[in-house]
Amino acid sequence: MNTETYALRMERISKAFGAVQALSQVTFQVRPATVHALCGENGAGKSTLMKVLAGVYQPDAGEIHVGGQRRVFATPGDSLAAGISMLYQELDLAEHMTVFENVFLGRELMSSIPWKVDRTAMIAKTRALCKQYGFEIDPESLISSLTPGQCQIAELLKALMREARIIVMDEPTSSLSESEATRLFQIVRELRGRGLSIIYISHRMDEVMDLADDISILRDGAVVHSDRARNLDIGKIVKHMVGRELADFYPPRSVSPGPVYVEVSGLGTAEGIADIGFEIRRGEVVGMAGLVGAGRTETARALFGVQPLLTGDIRLGGRRVALRNPADAIRNGVALLTEDRKRTGLCTQLPCSWNLMLPNYERTGMKHVLRRSHEQALCLEYGAKTRTKWSEPDAPMSSLSGGNQQKVLIARWLLADAEFIIFDEPTRGIDVGAKREIYGLINELAARGKAILMISSELPELFGVCDRLLVMRRGRLVGRLNVSQTTPEEVMHLAAV
Amino acid sequence: MNKFAKQLLPFCSLIFVFSLWTFLVPHEFLTTTNLTNVLSRSSVNMMMAVGMTFVIITGGIDLSVGTMMGMCGMMGALVMLLLGGASWADVAAGTHISLSFGAVAGGILAGVGCGAFCGWVNGMLITRLRLAPFIVTLGAMSIFRGVSLLVNNGKPFTVSAFTQLDSGRLLGIPVSVVLLAAVLVVMGFVLKYTRFGRYTFAIGSNVDTAFHAGVNVRRLLVSVYAVTGALTGLAAMITTSRASSAQPTAGLALELDIIAAVIIGGCSPSGGRGTLTGTIIGTLLIGVLRNGLTLCGISTNWQLVAIGLIIILAVAADQMATRRER
Repeated sequence: MNTETYALRMERISKAFGAVQALSQVTFQVRPATVHALCGENGAGKSTLMKVLAGVYQPDAGEIHVGGQRRVFATPGDSLAAGISMLYQELDLAEHMTVFENVFLGRELMSSIPWKVDRTAMIAKTRALCKQYGFEIDPESLISSLTPGQCQIAELLKALMREARIIVMDEPTSSLSESEATRLFQIVRELRGRGLSIIYISHRMDEVMDLADDISILRDGAVVHSDRARNLDIGKIVKHMVGRELADFYPPRSVSPGPVYVEVSGLGTAEGIADIGFEIRRGEVVGMAGLVGAGRTETARALFGVQPLLTGDIRLGGRRVALRNPADAIRNGVALLTEDRKRTGLCTQLPCSWNLMLPNYERTGMKHVLRRSHEQALCLEYGAKTRTKWSEPDAPMSSLSGGNQQKVLIARWLLADAEFIIFDEPTRGIDVGAKREIYGLINELAARGKAILMISSELPELFGVCDRLLVMRRGRLVGRLNVSQTTPEEVMHLAAV
Repeated sequence: MNKFAKQLLPFCSLIFVFSLWTFLVPHEFLTTTNLTNVLSRSSVNMMMAVGMTFVIITGGIDLSVGTMMGMCGMMGALVMLLLGGASWADVAAGTHISLSFGAVAGGILAGVGCGAFCGWVNGMLITRLRLAPFIVTLGAMSIFRGVSLLVNNGKPFTVSAFTQLDSGRLLGIPVSVVLLAAVLVVMGFVLKYTRFGRYTFAIGSNVDTAFHAGVNVRRLLVSVYAVTGALTGLAAMITTSRASSAQPTAGLALELDIIAAVIIGGCSPSGGRGTLTGTIIGTLLIGVLRNGLTLCGISTNWQLVAIGLIIILAVAADQMATRRER
């Protein structure tokens, strides 16, 4: 095929970091006006490839052609100038500025008065662009007042204002609610309809199947498969990604629930949740479904002592407990794997072992003075239990992939030996292989008689892992369902209506 | 650049500056008297820098240590004189008062206690009112100087009989050196081999994570500021003993040298990273640098310029190394 027919052609790209070959001879071609999904486990080379495209990394070998022309991206500016825009997982917006100010940041329109920016013209241009694409967003609203979905629209406006022809979206739905995600898919199709090419990176297979025209799969720094989406299905993609069949993706559940361990009644906090009541038995995995903002994380925060209770009480093993802070909760055998790994879970620059040990010094007999060899032994033991891949327990947390970081955090709570464990979005932004291992760990914990609450926005995983489901809507508990007697449609209906 | 190489940069700078002075002013610099002088001056700074290392690792800052030192010296000396049986008139006039062991010990304790209390208040304001450490300690800096000037209308307290922390010896070693060694050993151990040390790093690295892992963030921060205060109080008493008097203006702009030493020693100003070894080297570097500049006949005004430039250079070098790591 002639190179001119591709919007983007990355040819035999290689890139090594020290001894690690991150990309080897990757050829990646994107047709004009298509959505091209890029799949692969964490560490497969997706972000390296995209950083080469963005001009952040220089490839050791290989060529990049945009619209048939060979380009060299020495800096991110070169890539932008060639019409390539990136929407990263962590959005890149100035929070205290308005939408239009962000859209024109660094390339403000100037009025005839020297040094004065032309606000009116910038607002008008932004508004016109919104109208053209049917975006419902006020150019003058502050970024900090927007929902995650609206922030993404602001990012898109930025890209469109620069006349981007190729837009890379990295996990765009990870912070969006279901309805916002649906809206984003409409927008993606709209952009494609206007001749733009979208490179779409996601771990959510249903999204990929839904949106993509073409799919390329990376594994260990090489493209292992690239084809039209219609020739592929989720099973085939996953197989290429992991290089093996994932026959039973979710571990089999054989529930033999014990006595009721967690009893929550009439729970309410200042964060907008009220009248939450449920029970969890030992050995039971209870899922919590709901849209973003329905009060699921807020419930977890109340149960973990982060947010003080206004009403209601919590009983563990029949005993009423007062949890004034996380330290109280941990002492009472409650653990919370927080939703936002980076913000509330990790100390990125510190060693993995320190992260793993953080809440556990007291109960491992190191109330004051550390015992290094004991600590090392514990870290190795729990690292092995969670199959964490690290060069050594003292390696910095930042050197691990997302999935492995999550495993260290799970190891942290395994070591804490909590009786009631809350997992808030435990598989967010991590690859398929690691997801499966985490499901296995949750299952194992349940088998050991722990009571587990799992909050997730991915219905398939709730159905695959849990015994019962709680559904939340606008701060209230609106449904208590048995997984075997309900359907995803029913759950969505309860959550959304 | 690995951990070891990062430690190496301040160490090489120290060797370089040391060699430079040896070359430029060999007869003045390389004498026992001068080097002892450098060490004894640095030892006071080092004691305060140890506390500052903890503060900066938690991601905070304490701008008030300089003026706190002035105030602690004044308070300690005052208590010492009063316990020694001096009347207010004697105190104001600066008459020689002979001091009993009890009076000296009481005075030292008062100085240390005053520092600990001031640090505790700093910590409480930072954690309970959720104010930025920068703001709280900036305010405290001004208050402490005001108080030390008010106590005796801007005049010093003369404690000519208080020589124990200056010429006193323990097994032939100056008491101040013994105290410093004890502080370094204990605090070095705390930072590296205790839960307290790990929590200090965790808070500086990510305070929300520390809180969600059950760390009592408030209590730890208050302790860190209180310990810094106590060490400042001890440093103040050593300085008072050396000068035979407590000067209300003692510790003028000293926070600059202390913070500079800690930063040069490799502590990250944003928290989560730092070592006591680095701080020791940083303190010595600044001490040697200032000494040599003085010996070369360069005015203190130019020394301020030099120290300022070095802080910026040190942070820049560290940033570049960190960026290359990524």
